[in-house]
Order: sequence, then C-alpha cells, then structure tokens
Amino acid sequence: MQSGGGAVVATENLTRNFGPRRAVDDVTVAVGAGEALAIFGPNGAGKTTLLRMLGGILRPSSGRARIGDVYMPGGSEVRRRIGIVSHHSLLYDALTPRENVEFAARLYGVSNAREKAERALSAMQILDRADTPVRSLSRGMKQRVSVARATVHDPELVLADEPFTGLDVIGSKALSALLTDLKARGAALVLVTHNVDEGLSLATHAAIMNRGRLVRTEPRSEIDSAGFARQYEELVASNA
Amino acid sequence: MREFFRDAWLIARKDLAIEFRTRSAFFSAVVFSLLAIVIFYFAWDATAVAAIDLAPGVLWVIFTFSGLLGMHRSFGVEQPDRAIDGLLASPAARESIFLGKAIASLVFVLAIQAIAIPAVGLFYNLPLGDVAAPLAGIAFLAAIGLVAVGTLFSAMAVNTRLAELLLPMLALPFFVPIVIPAAQATAKLMSGRPVGDAVAWLKLLIAFDLVFIVACTLAYPFTLEE
Repeated sequence: MQSGGGAVVATENLTRNFGPRRAVDDVTVAVGAGEALAIFGPNGAGKTTLLRMLGGILRPSSGRARIGDVYMPGGSEVRRRIGIVSHHSLLYDALTPRENVEFAARLYGVSNAREKAERALSAMQILDRADTPVRSLSRGMKQRVSVARATVHDPELVLADEPFTGLDVIGSKALSALLTDLKARGAALVLVTHNVDEGLSLATHAAIMNRGRLVRTEPRSEIDSAGFARQYEELVASNA
Repeated sequence: MREFFRDAWLIARKDLAIEFRTRSAFFSAVVFSLLAIVIFYFAWDATAVAAIDLAPGVLWVIFTFSGLLGMHRSFGVEQPDRAIDGLLASPAARESIFLGKAIASLVFVLAIQAIAIPAVGLFYNLPLGDVAAPLAGIAFLAAIGLVAVGTLFSAMAVNTRLAELLLPMLALPFFVPIVIPAAQATAKLMSGRPVGDAVAWLKLLIAFDLVFIVACTLAYPFTLEE
C-alpha cells in the first residue's frame, strides 16, 4: 500500500468515539491509485464509521484523514473526488433511478449529466428500469442504482460499504466489472464487506478490523485465501 | 458562488419534485388549513368579536402550524434511505443545502398562504381585494423568517425518535418574534388602516428575518454533526 505522499487516501491515528464507546481506534492506513483495500470485520467493528470519516460525513474525535494532499473534511473539491456506496441506498424513493443519478451528477458538477447518468445506469444494467420510481424496485435493483449514483462522476476514490448486498449474480458481476474498471483507470477503492471471496477478488490489500482496530493488514499477494477466511470466521465467531 | 446557488437550486428543485410527486405534506397542510378555518368559523361569536379582529389571528395560527408540516417534511425526505449522507458527502456546501431546503419550504408555505388567505377572506366576508398586495408582502416576509427557523430545527429534530413532536417544541418559541409583528401588521391592514401605519411592525419583521437568516445559516452546519 502507498505510505508516502502519493496516496489517494491516507489516515493517521484516526479515532472516533461515540460517547464512552470507541468505534474506530487509532487507524493508520493508506491506499494509492489503482489499489483496493478490502476491510473485513464482524458487526460493530467500526468499518462503517471508518468509511463515513473518510467520506467527510463524520468528523474524527482525533487523528486525521486526507484525500490526496487535503485533510478531511476538506471542501467541495475534495468531496467531488469521492464516490460512496453505503449499505443504505442514499436514494430518494419518490424519484426514478434516472432522476436520482442525474441529480447526483449535477451536484458533482458533471457536464452532460443526463448522458453520464444514462451511462452509469447502463453499466449497472438497470437502464430498463430507469424511469420506474425507486420505491417500486427490489433491494438488489436499488443497490445497482446506488452504485450508479456513487460512480456517475468517475470518482478517484470509491468508498464501498457492503456494495454486494442484495445483488443477484448479474448485479454482482456488473459491480465487480465496474469497480475493476475504475481501479484500472487509477481510482483507489476502500471496500468493506463480509464476503471474503468477493472482497479478495477485488483487493490489492486486505485488512481485518475488530473493536475499532485494524488487526491484520497484508498485500493480497501474500494472503492465503483459505487461511484468511478461516481467521476471519474465527474472529466473527469469537465476537458473537 | 455560482456553484453555491446552483447546488441550492438543485436541492430545492429535487425537494419540490418529491413533494409534487407525493403531495402528502401539501395536501395534509391544505386540509389542516381549511379545517382550522371552518372550526374557527363555527366557534366564532360574531356579536362578541368583529371579523377583522379575529381573522389575523386565525391566519397566523394556520400559517404557523401548516408551515410546520412542510418544514418537518424538509429533512424527513432525506431519512428513509439516509439520502442526507449522499448530500453531505457531495460537493454541495452545508450552507447551500440549507438554502436549498429553505427555498423548497418557502415555496410550500407560500402555496399554503395562497390558498388560506382567500379562504379566510371568504369565510369571514372580508374585502381583501384592496389590501391583497401588501398582505401578500407581509405573508412573504413572515414566511422567510418562519422557514429559516423551521429548516434549522427540522435538521436538528429529524434524527430524533420524536421528530414530529420535537420540531414544534423547538421551533414555535422562535416563531413568536416573527408571528407577532406579522399578525399586528395584518390586523392594521385588514382594519382599513394605511400601509404606513404598519411600517413599524414591518421593520421589526424584516429585522427578525435578517437575524434568523444569519443565525440559522451559521448554526445549520453544526446540526449535521453526529
């Protein structure tokens, strides 16, 4: 992983407390252009909180995060470089997928917003439902729209929280292809997931998070998938 | 600066599109307004209180409470799928989000006023034709102040479990400095006094508008912190 100034996203001792509870504890990590960090961890490990801080939605209690050379929360120019896929859809139920994605595109200052929105929906293979209100779509279809919304502006950094949730095989393949394409074009990817196979298939680095801390971080090339999955399962079981 | 207003307009347009599509808050507010007018009308003893003494109070009670319905909706539409996170993570400035929300709420409140004012004139047999323009001006000025306060507290209340209850409790005390001069100026106009007689109240109304716009815009980003 990038450790120097060239990282697309880097954190230094990032910590977040909610009252007496420490959700993220002293996390230092960096992800460079074209790299993908997959973070695994049991429920409540602090993964989502970490992503929310990287996305500028949540302020850290201490430590700091930077996107490129700008420290978060940064300004409009920094947020313009980030795309967020949350386990919530971030969509408006009363609007159609086209309207949702076009709205996001315009907010991000994308020129030809209509055309780009159509392209993003097409990449997620949901164009045929583009004019149906989001409230009538299934969970998986909403997730496809959500991914289109997050990537319509070609972000340099994609923060994806459980992006495969609810997706069928076609949707999962479309998402994997999209994220692989973004990575190939130099985007950095931070991916939070419980699915070890899907996470490792995209990752250049993998980490396990537990009780707010990154307890294991390694390059993908040094990871034995079966051993890694076993360690992760044991960790989840010990937290149950 | 251009982007600031562009983003605010995008957010306002999106909120209005959602309200136009669902019409839930608007119809609720219209029904509430008309019911309130009818209830006040049948509770009114015309021999004890003149219509011109009662009507300004009725109008401002209606504007205040029906406006709250729209203001609650302002951030309520962001909640179901945490769309607010999408807004916060976007390049739009926090103040721009506030302005966009306020513009949409302002349109909502003005639309309610456009229905309620003629309805009150009709029920209480008030000849509003001569004072329609200045009355609309007062309603507009008051709506700005109400919306500034309401949008701020809507953002604060929306994350709580009792948002519907908390919003009126938080906002109503701050509505008072807006409603008093607006109701007083309305009473003067409805009683046939010249606009000049209401100028002092209008100045007070404008002053509170400015105070609330500045204070609420500055305070708004803090309501988004968890």
